Amino acid sequence: MNTIHDLWMRLRGLLRREAVEQELDEELRFHFDEQVRKFVEEGMPLDEAQRQARLEIGGEEQIKEECRDARGVRFLENLGQDIRYGLRSLRKSGGFTVVAILTLTLGIGVNTALFTIVHGVLLKPLPFPQPERLVSLWERDVIDESSFNPVSGGVFADWERQAKSFEQMALVGEDTANLSGDGGALPEMIGTRQCSYTLFSILGVQPALGRFFSEEDDRHGANGTAVLTYGLWKRRYAGDPAIVGKSISLDAQKYTVIGILPAWFDYPDTRVQLWAPVHHEVSEMDMHNRGNHRFFVTARLKDGVTVEQAWSELNSIQERLHQEFPGDLMGKGANVVSLAENLVRGVEQPLYVLMGAVGCVLLIACLNVANLFMARVTARRKEIAVRAALGGSRWRIIQAQVTESLLLTMAGGGLGALLAWATLRWLLTLRTDLPHAGSIHVDGLALAFTFALTIFCGVVSGLLPALAVTRSELLGPLKEDSRGASGGKKRARLRKALLTAEVALTVLLLIGGGLMLKSFAELRSVNMGCTTDNVLTMGFSLPDARYPTNPQVASFLEQLLVRARAVPGVSRAGIVSVLPGGGYFMDNTFAIEGAPPLPAGQFLNAVVRGADPAYFTTMNIPLKRGRFFEDSDQREKGNAMVITESMARKFFPDGNAISKTLVIDWENKPRFEIVGIVGDVLSDLNQPPEPTMYMPINSGRFSYGSLVVRSDHDVTTLAVPIEKEIAAMDPNLAVSDVLTMEQRVGKSTAAAEFDALLVLVFAALGLILAAVGLYGLLSYLVTERTNEIGIRMALGAQRSEVMRIMFVDGLRPTVAGLGLGLFAGGVCAQLIRSLLFGVQPLEWRVFAAVAFVVFVISAGACTYPAWRAARVDPMTALRCE
Amino acid sequence: MPEQGIDLPQGTLDLLILRTLALGPQHGWAISERIHQVSSKVLLVRQGSLYPALHRLERRGWIKARWGASENNRKAKYYELTKNGQKQLEAERSEWEKLAAAVAQVLEAS
Repeated sequence: MNTIHDLWMRLRGLLRREAVEQELDEELRFHFDEQVRKFVEEGMPLDEAQRQARLEIGGEEQIKEECRDARGVRFLENLGQDIRYGLRSLRKSGGFTVVAILTLTLGIGVNTALFTIVHGVLLKPLPFPQPERLVSLWERDVIDESSFNPVSGGVFADWERQAKSFEQMALVGEDTANLSGDGGALPEMIGTRQCSYTLFSILGVQPALGRFFSEEDDRHGANGTAVLTYGLWKRRYAGDPAIVGKSISLDAQKYTVIGILPAWFDYPDTRVQLWAPVHHEVSEMDMHNRGNHRFFVTARLKDGVTVEQAWSELNSIQERLHQEFPGDLMGKGANVVSLAENLVRGVEQPLYVLMGAVGCVLLIACLNVANLFMARVTARRKEIAVRAALGGSRWRIIQAQVTESLLLTMAGGGLGALLAWATLRWLLTLRTDLPHAGSIHVDGLALAFTFALTIFCGVVSGLLPALAVTRSELLGPLKEDSRGASGGKKRARLRKALLTAEVALTVLLLIGGGLMLKSFAELRSVNMGCTTDNVLTMGFSLPDARYPTNPQVASFLEQLLVRARAVPGVSRAGIVSVLPGGGYFMDNTFAIEGAPPLPAGQFLNAVVRGADPAYFTTMNIPLKRGRFFEDSDQREKGNAMVITESMARKFFPDGNAISKTLVIDWENKPRFEIVGIVGDVLSDLNQPPEPTMYMPINSGRFSYGSLVVRSDHDVTTLAVPIEKEIAAMDPNLAVSDVLTMEQRVGKSTAAAEFDALLVLVFAALGLILAAVGLYGLLSYLVTERTNEIGIRMALGAQRSEVMRIMFVDGLRPTVAGLGLGLFAGGVCAQLIRSLLFGVQPLEWRVFAAVAFVVFVISAGACTYPAWRAARVDPMTALRCE
Repeated sequence: MPEQGIDLPQGTLDLLILRTLALGPQHGWAISERIHQVSSKVLLVRQGSLYPALHRLERRGWIKARWGASENNRKAKYYELTKNGQKQLEAERSEWEKLAAAVAQVLEAS
C-alpha cells in the first residue's frame, strides 16, 4: 500500500509541479511571518525580528531543493529540465542539428537494414518445426573431387532402403514448364520443382488450401497433380480458391491443382512457382538410374540422431554401393549437412562483409557527431562554468550533455528505422536470390536493435565531449582571462584522435570497396569465348506431349531457324541447348572408339551441348581445327560433332582428335565423329572452361534451348517480331528470358556488382564525413591558436610559414589515420580473399589509389582553414582572446 | 535570542513530528514551536529540516495535508496524522523506547 501511495505522490509532485512549488513558497512565507510575530511578541523591534527570522531560515532555495528531493522526483525533474534545455539549444544551432541527425540516420538506418537481412537469412532458424533435424544429403566425389554432388534416382532408392538414421527422405528435382494461358492469357515459362510426396511432411508444412501429394499421386502414370505456390496463385489465378480441383495445362498436359502452399513458404527460393510429384514427372528409367545425378535430397533425422552419426552411416553405405556397382557412375561417399547451412552457402560471407562495412559507417557517424559535440563544448565553455558555479556537479553536466546527445540520436534512430524499412523494400526487389527472403522484414527485433544502436551512439557521442571538460575549465572561464588553455588543448588532442580513427575507418572501407570493385571488373571483363555485343537470346522448352518424337522436335527447330532468319534486321541466328554463362547443366560419360577400355569405376566425362551449325558463327566462337558439322552430316555420314579445345587437350593430348569417334553412354549408344575443334566458351564466369562436346540439334534430341540472334542494328528491336513468329508457329509455347547477352552477363554478376557498389557508397560517405570533420577540426584549431599565430607573426614568421604549420597540424592526424587504415586494410583484405576474383588481396594499385584519394581530399579540406590562418592580422589576434 | 539547539537525526525528527500531530492537526510552524516548547527549549527544529521531513512523511502516507485558516485567519497548510501514520508512530515509539533502554544499560554498565 505504501509503495503505491509513494508512487502516486511522486507522480503528483511531477505533474503538478507548479502548484506544488507555489504551495511550498506560501508555506515557507507563513513560517517566516509567524517567526517574526513571535520575536516581536518577545519584544524585538520589527526589523531586528525580521533579520533574525531570515537567519533562522537560512538558504530558502536549499530548503526547496531538499523538499524536492524529499518528494522523490529529483531525477525525473532534472531529466525534464535537460530535455527542455537540450531541445532549445539544438533548435538554436540548426545547422549542426541537421547535419548530426542526417549522419546518424544514415549510420543507424543502414545498420538496421543489414542486421535485419543477416538475421533473416543467416540467424533465424528455418520456419519449419524442429528445423535442426532437417538435413540435405549429397553424393561426394563422383568423378573429380566434389563435396556436394546432386544425387541420382537409383542411389536415392538405395539410401532409402538401407539408411536407418532418417525418419523420411525426399527427392527434389529442378525443371521449367510451359504454363498455358487459359482464357487468352499468354503462355508463361515457370520454374518448377518435382518432389517425392514425403517432402512436405518432412518439412512439416500444412497447405493453405487443399492438400499435398499422396503416395498415389507420386506414381508413374498417375493423373497429373500440382501444388501451386502462394505467389503463383495470387499472381496468375487472382487468389481464387476455386482453382483447387480445376485442371491447368503444363507442357501441354493436364494437371489438377490439388493444393496451395502457405504465403510464408519460400523454400528453396522465391523463383519456384509450382510443385509436381517426382515419379510422375521423371521417367522410370531415370528414377532407377544410378548414374544420372539430377536430384537434391532433403531428409529429417530420426529423434536423437546427430548430423555426424547420420553422415558416418550414409557415407559408409555409399562407399559400399560404390564398390558393389563399379560399372555405375557414382559417388565414392556421401555428405550430410544441415538444411539451414545448405541454403546459405555462398551468401554467408558477403553478408558478413557487408555487415562489417556498415559497422564501420556507424562508427564513423558516431565519431563525427562526437567531434561536432566537442566543438560545441568549446563554444559553451562559459555556460558550463556558470552551471558549475550554481552547484552543478561534473556528473550533472555529463548528464545534460548525454541527454542532449540522446535527443539527437533518438531523432536519428527514428528516421533511421524508416530508412531501414525503405532500404529493405528496395533491396529485396533487387536481390531475389537471397534465401528466406520472405522472413526479412522490419520486426520487433530490428526495432530493438535500432533502439540499442541509438542508445549506444547517444552515450558515445555525448560522453566523449563531456569527459573532455576539465576541472579547471569549470572555474576558469569566469575569470577575466578566459583562455581555457588546458581544456582547449585536451579537447584538441581528443578531436585529433577521433579524426585519426575516422580516417582509418574510411580508408578501411575504401580498400574493401576498391578490392571488391576491381574483382567485379575482372569478372565482368572475363573473355567468355564468344561475342556478347548485340546478341539477343530467348529460351524455350518444347513440351513432350506435343512434340513426342525426335523428328518432330527437329522439324520445329528447323522451321524456327528459317523464320527467325527471315525477320528483317536479323543477320545471323542459331540455336544452342545451353547459352554461354548458363551454368554446367548437363554432362555425360562416353567412350573413345578404338581406345582400350577403362578399368571399371573410371569414366570419361564431358559437358554436352546441342547446337545448330550456324550457332558458332552467330556467337563468333572460333573454329580452331577441322570444320563445323553440317545439316547434311546426319543424313549422309552418320552423326558428326565438334568438341572444344579444352576437351581436345584433355582427352586427346597427342592432338589428333579429328576423325576420332565417341560412343555416348545413352540408351542406344549413339556414335559421333569429331569433325572440328572450336574455341572454349565459359559456362560459369567464375570457373575455367569445361571440356564440352557439341552435337547437332537436327537430331531432335534437345527439345529445350535458346535461340540466339545477331543483328547489325539494335538487336532489342527484334525481340517482338521474333516472339510473334514463335507464337505463330505454336501459340502455346512460352518464351522465357528474352535478354541480350550483355544483360545475361550483367545478371550473373549482379550480386558481385551490388556488393562492391554498396561498400564503395559507404566508403564515399565515410570519406565525405571525414573530410567535413577534418575541415571543422582544422578551423577549430586555427581559432584556438589565433593568439599564438598572432605572436608568431609579430615575432617575424612569414604567412607561408604559418600556413605550413597549420597545414601540417591538420594533416598529421590524417596521415596517422591513413597509415593505420592501410595496415588494417591489409589485414581485412586477407579475410575477404575468397570473395575476390582475379585480384590479389594486397593489390598495390588499390592501396595506392586509396592513399592518393584520401591524401588529396584531406589536403583540400585543410587548405581553406590554413589559408585563413595565414590571413590572420597579428594585431587583431593579439588583442582578442 | 535564538538558541543553539541540538540537531536531531532524521528518524527521530519523524517520530517527534508524528507524536506532535497525534495531538491534533497543526501547521508547520506550530509543530516546530511545540517541539521547542515541550522539550524545554532544548530541541530546535529548523525549517531546513522540518519541511523536507514533512514532505517525506506526506509522501509515505503517514500524514496528510490540507489548506486551512490559521489562528490569525491567514492561509496555512495543516498536517494531520493518518491511520497508517498512527500505526507508524506506535511502531517507532516502541523502537525508540527499546533503543533508549538499551543505550542506558550500556552506559550504566561499568
